[in-house]
Amino acid sequence: MTKIRTRMGDGWTIEIDEIDLKQDLEDGTRDAADKGGIDPLSQNELDYLNDICCSGSKMSGVQSGREVVLSYDGPSFEIRRLGILANRQTALQIYERCFGADTLEFSHIDYSYKQVKPIVHEELPLFEQLQSLTIAPLFYGAMPNLGLYTRPDGPVANPSELLPLGKIQAAQQAYEEAIEMSVNDIVYVASQFYEAGCDGINIDTVGAAGDPDFKAALVATEKLKQKYPGLNIEIGMAGEFVLGMHGELTHDGQLLAGLYPHQQVKLVEAAGGHIFGAVVNTQTNKSFPWNLARSVTFSKACTAAADIAVHGNMGMGVGALPVCETQPAETVSMASKAMVEIARLDGL
Amino acid sequence: MGTGDPAGVAIAHAMTSGMGGLRTTGDLVARMQITRGMKIDTAKQYVADKLGVSLADIHDAVAMRETREDLRIGLLQSLPGQPKGIEAKHNIAELLGLELNSLRASKTRIKG
Repeated sequence: MTKIRTRMGDGWTIEIDEIDLKQDLEDGTRDAADKGGIDPLSQNELDYLNDICCSGSKMSGVQSGREVVLSYDGPSFEIRRLGILANRQTALQIYERCFGADTLEFSHIDYSYKQVKPIVHEELPLFEQLQSLTIAPLFYGAMPNLGLYTRPDGPVANPSELLPLGKIQAAQQAYEEAIEMSVNDIVYVASQFYEAGCDGINIDTVGAAGDPDFKAALVATEKLKQKYPGLNIEIGMAGEFVLGMHGELTHDGQLLAGLYPHQQVKLVEAAGGHIFGAVVNTQTNKSFPWNLARSVTFSKACTAAADIAVHGNMGMGVGALPVCETQPAETVSMASKAMVEIARLDGL
Repeated sequence: MGTGDPAGVAIAHAMTSGMGGLRTTGDLVARMQITRGMKIDTAKQYVADKLGVSLADIHDAVAMRETREDLRIGLLQSLPGQPKGIEAKHNIAELLGLELNSLRASKTRIKG
């Protein structure tokens, strides 16, 4: 029996039999189908995934003509994380000129709208200068990050302290107060960058604090679109499943807790978003083929449901990419090819 | 896209499945997704029609190097006499029929 060299979801190399790899692909797509109430991949699609996983190639590639648009979250500080003293202007020029970036995103290292609000006047001059230097569409991006609004980091009571005490209504009330504050901060910061000439706003890592976080992003999007009909908004998620931290929040009559990507995108569309960043989480104790089949299944359902562009989140720990700091390029490349060609994503 | 070391994530994606940005027409296709919410195939066709080239050509780095120079919409290389940065955006806006917010803001800053 031929052994196939692949990886686990934590990035470590394993060797598995061909038959086990095929089983992992089938189990991965079935897991997504069962959890999301969506169709599993067809046998042809599973066979294609099998070919990609067994290729043994250092790099894979989509067929010519199938290339997609790349958008980013936090590229202005990825260079500095390597210990290279490049300021944000230089970093984004490197992305545009050296990395083949289709879009750029300017952002602060403390990647939250609440944290940016008091220093936005310091952010704007550099952002304005950057528009003169670059050609690709330039976003501003940050997270709603509702966790920052609760004590001790913020003014609102902490639901994580209230819930163990059985104070459910008080916890829900705290989340609702945090939503209002978050919406105000997102609208304030995004307005500043719209006036400064941004090509778009990225509301990123949405849902990190569960359904209140998603609610804040949707309400902020609606308010911004009302204020600036020409403003372009990308909403990127934090996880595949909206956690019910509040549990009873709705938007347009839809309960937010428990929504998967193909359901999330419809709310983003209705709110006025132009690009949706779909997430499928990687499970570290499952193989890369299992995670890949699962990611492709969820993402394919999302692009089929969407009337707007869908960009798959494919960084560390999402989109079948392993949870490890130095990413294995061959695995990233296999996942990139599969997600574009089978899930038919509009971008990454 | 998501986080990760650039060689492992950003460059790997760009080489595997990215449009290529200024090397081809990735920035232009992105503008149609951003401004009109277009899906990828619709956005590519729109850009190809506006450039007057084939769908295959908009992915071709050599062909687009010439086309971008002819249309003065910005090049990867920094060459004398060619529009750079916001200068190129004026021609992109006209070519694609878009009102770019960066140009609106720039005019506001100039006039005060």
